[in-house]
Amino acid sequence: MGDLLSLFINSVFIGNILLAYFLGICSFIAVSKTIETATGLGLAVIFVLTVTSPVNWLIYHGLLAPGALAWAGFPEMDLSFLKFITFIAVIAAMVQAVEMVIDRYSPLLYAALGVFLPLIAVNCAILGTSLFMVERNHTFVESVVFGAGSGTGWMLAIVSMAAIRKKVRYADVPAGLDGFGFIMIVAGLMAMTFMMFSGITL
Amino acid sequence: MQNNLSHYKEILVKGIWRENPVAYQVLGICSALAVTVKMSTALVMSIALTLVAGFSGLIISSLRHLIPSNIRIIVELTVIASLVIVTDQILQAYLYDISKQLSIFVGLIITNCIILGRAEAFALANNPADSFVDGIANGLGYSMILMAVAFFRELLGSGQFFGISVIPGFVYDMGFQDMGIMVLAPGAFFIIGLLVWLKNSLPGGISHEKK
Repeated sequence: MGDLLSLFINSVFIGNILLAYFLGICSFIAVSKTIETATGLGLAVIFVLTVTSPVNWLIYHGLLAPGALAWAGFPEMDLSFLKFITFIAVIAAMVQAVEMVIDRYSPLLYAALGVFLPLIAVNCAILGTSLFMVERNHTFVESVVFGAGSGTGWMLAIVSMAAIRKKVRYADVPAGLDGFGFIMIVAGLMAMTFMMFSGITL
Repeated sequence: MQNNLSHYKEILVKGIWRENPVAYQVLGICSALAVTVKMSTALVMSIALTLVAGFSGLIISSLRHLIPSNIRIIVELTVIASLVIVTDQILQAYLYDISKQLSIFVGLIITNCIILGRAEAFALANNPADSFVDGIANGLGYSMILMAVAFFRELLGSGQFFGISVIPGFVYDMGFQDMGIMVLAPGAFFIIGLLVWLKNSLPGGISHEKK
């Protein structure tokens, strides 16, 4: 239990998927204009990550990993090179399925998250989390915690960025720096503060 | 022929400088930052991305009359993912150390918005040769930013250029220290922010929109 908590805290703060590994920056910049949309996208990312990370774990360890097909009579088979194309297909399919389920059962949630769901299919944070999960040899339970933790960390970062952008809307930024360059420098400062958490040991 | 050449040159200049994918269109910076601690990894990543961008443009553009428009995204992703798998296998076979250092970021070329973005915006509407040149041009534009960020991070962070120490010993004796922050994540954000500022301040590079 303690290990899982530590994994969660680690993936939210110290190994923040956005600020330490730079995943999902495209949508981080595009959607951080208002706090409401940032929260909506953040929730959608948490949701999709918590679902896709364990599903990809099952597919990888059940079908693709070296020796995983022993039950079917192919103990030598190593399909792990197919993980990129499988994961992206799973993610695209899961996003589509999640969108249809939400649309059917919760129109309210759909109205809030609907526009963001298609964006998520190509968000590098989702594919990146699945690939990290394979590379770091997480167990099934760890993959759920890691997915949820990464999503929470991503949401924390985008909501904080939206709040900061709201505060500096009327600030007098030098002409060439305004926009993208300015956001990058603010993100750098945020990354520095998040690094302070690495002093915490659990 | 003359016309053709200037036409390709036009596409190249647009991709590399005027509409640079990273600095102007804000695409594909996800992976642009993570692999820039050292110039060698950045160079391999640049070459891989440029080739994937070029060939995905070529293939998708050749198929553009055959792909039904409602499933085009999936077809594009499949083409791109297949190219990335080939690239990853080649890297693992010939450059194993670097492929370990690049870890998941080779795979993330699939979700790099530059490639899908150019496929959507250019390859679906133009002929294969133009699309190939456009892919290469955008790949080179991306590589330029990547190499620039890597240059500053490696120089300031570890005093090296492609792994060779370039800051002479007596500078360290005088009290100079490597900037640890450059090796860590925030360094990448600062460098890219400052580079974009520089690019926007240069003549002909002001094409940024007001937020």
